Amino acid sequence: MTKRVGMEVSIAVAEAAKLARAEVIPAYPITPQTHIVEHLSEIIADGELDAEFVPVESEHAAMSCCVGAAAAGARVFTSSSSQGLSLMSEILYIPSTMRLPMVMAVVNRALSAPISIWNDHQDIMVQRDIGWIQTFAENGQEAVDLTLHAFRVAEMKSVHLPVAVNLDGFILSHVIEPIELPDQEDVDKYLPRFKPRYKLDPRKPISMGPVGIPEIYTEAKVAHDRAIKNSKKMIVKAWKEFAEIFGREYHPIESYRTEDADLLLVTMGSISETAMTAVDAMRDRGEKVGLVRIRLWRPFPGLEFRKAIGKAKILAVVDRCLPPGAVCGPVGAEIRSFLYKIPGAPKIFSFVAGLGGRDVTVERFEEMVDKARAYAKKRPRELYEVIGVREQ
Amino acid sequence: MANSDAIVSVKSLTFGCHILEPGNAANFRTGDWRSMRPIMDMEKCIKCGMCWIYCPEMAYNQNEEGFFIVDLEYCKGCGICAHECPKDAITMVPEEG
Repeated sequence: MTKRVGMEVSIAVAEAAKLARAEVIPAYPITPQTHIVEHLSEIIADGELDAEFVPVESEHAAMSCCVGAAAAGARVFTSSSSQGLSLMSEILYIPSTMRLPMVMAVVNRALSAPISIWNDHQDIMVQRDIGWIQTFAENGQEAVDLTLHAFRVAEMKSVHLPVAVNLDGFILSHVIEPIELPDQEDVDKYLPRFKPRYKLDPRKPISMGPVGIPEIYTEAKVAHDRAIKNSKKMIVKAWKEFAEIFGREYHPIESYRTEDADLLLVTMGSISETAMTAVDAMRDRGEKVGLVRIRLWRPFPGLEFRKAIGKAKILAVVDRCLPPGAVCGPVGAEIRSFLYKIPGAPKIFSFVAGLGGRDVTVERFEEMVDKARAYAKKRPRELYEVIGVREQ
Repeated sequence: MANSDAIVSVKSLTFGCHILEPGNAANFRTGDWRSMRPIMDMEKCIKCGMCWIYCPEMAYNQNEEGFFIVDLEYCKGCGICAHECPKDAITMVPEEG
């Protein structure tokens, strides 16, 4: 039997990569991801994991090294945050269209300027379109479970795509939580040896990453788009397998007290736990409020989202990212666009909160709910509102 | 590029756009955007093979008489052969028409 032990979430995620028997780990330290790769380098140095730890000179090199290792058929893990993730940007688009599986823990942190090491989702939203499967963890256990799930999904024959597991910087990464680390035996059952569809092998030479002339580029991108869209059923299948072995169930979208709710908060990541507390408080006062949490961000699980919102009349969508000059935050824009002109679609109000480590408290969620209700009666002037701004 | 071999459907595209057949670049006519072509003066040529060695496209091949002849299907007109030829036997001339 596995035991629940108090453990820093970063250490637990590193242990998950160890349990997954990652073979190549190219990584560069950046706050707040550092503890993950630091712990992995210790594990490897201590001989507890037979893997190659590549201490690269930058994140650009880290991701390049990941691409090479995955092309050679290795099980690859890395982790990054914020500025580091941005430095990887040029390379991030490459393994996805080239269908190279790998797993990256993205420990979400704000982007400069001003310099901020604290949590929000701007770093990954900048990389929204890299063509990776992207999931968001709510708590430490989920970060561990999603990491194992990421390896399973990435390496499925019909998927063969990189996966980014997002966990909130500090709020998750540096907090000690009760974590149940699964047995090696069970993980081995869940994660069979990686057998890539193609790999670089001098005995059977192939070329990867050639130029795509205009006659072929569109088809290559469409093939990638179809692959990630089709991956959804395999992502769900891998969660079902996970539940059978480890007993914890995951779905693309989670609902909390949505039955008969006329207003739903929509969140991603760790703020969802506070949002649940807020929902409980409002329910106690007789308000018909619920929560919908997006766990699977890419591919966007439209069908499941539609089901989850049921007959709600108002959605208050929370973004932890403020794209200056945009129509609204990326999650708000996604949902607006997805529900546009669907008969009976709810009114959607977009809020931006929790930038650069600003706490999103129960009161803030209540404020958003109250505002969304007021805006449903009287249309607001702007398409989004940043919560908690000091104007004076 | 005028290359019908490269025109494949999204379904027949190789997985991850990999090239599964090594050396298949030879199937593709890649010299048609050349603006200069090398002209060899056979009188001056000493068959030393410097053009063959230096050609970055491996466009030169030796014929039965020992001369190195450029294959214009692949030559991109970079002029390295003309620059390296110790006998100035190669002249670059503009492609016309």
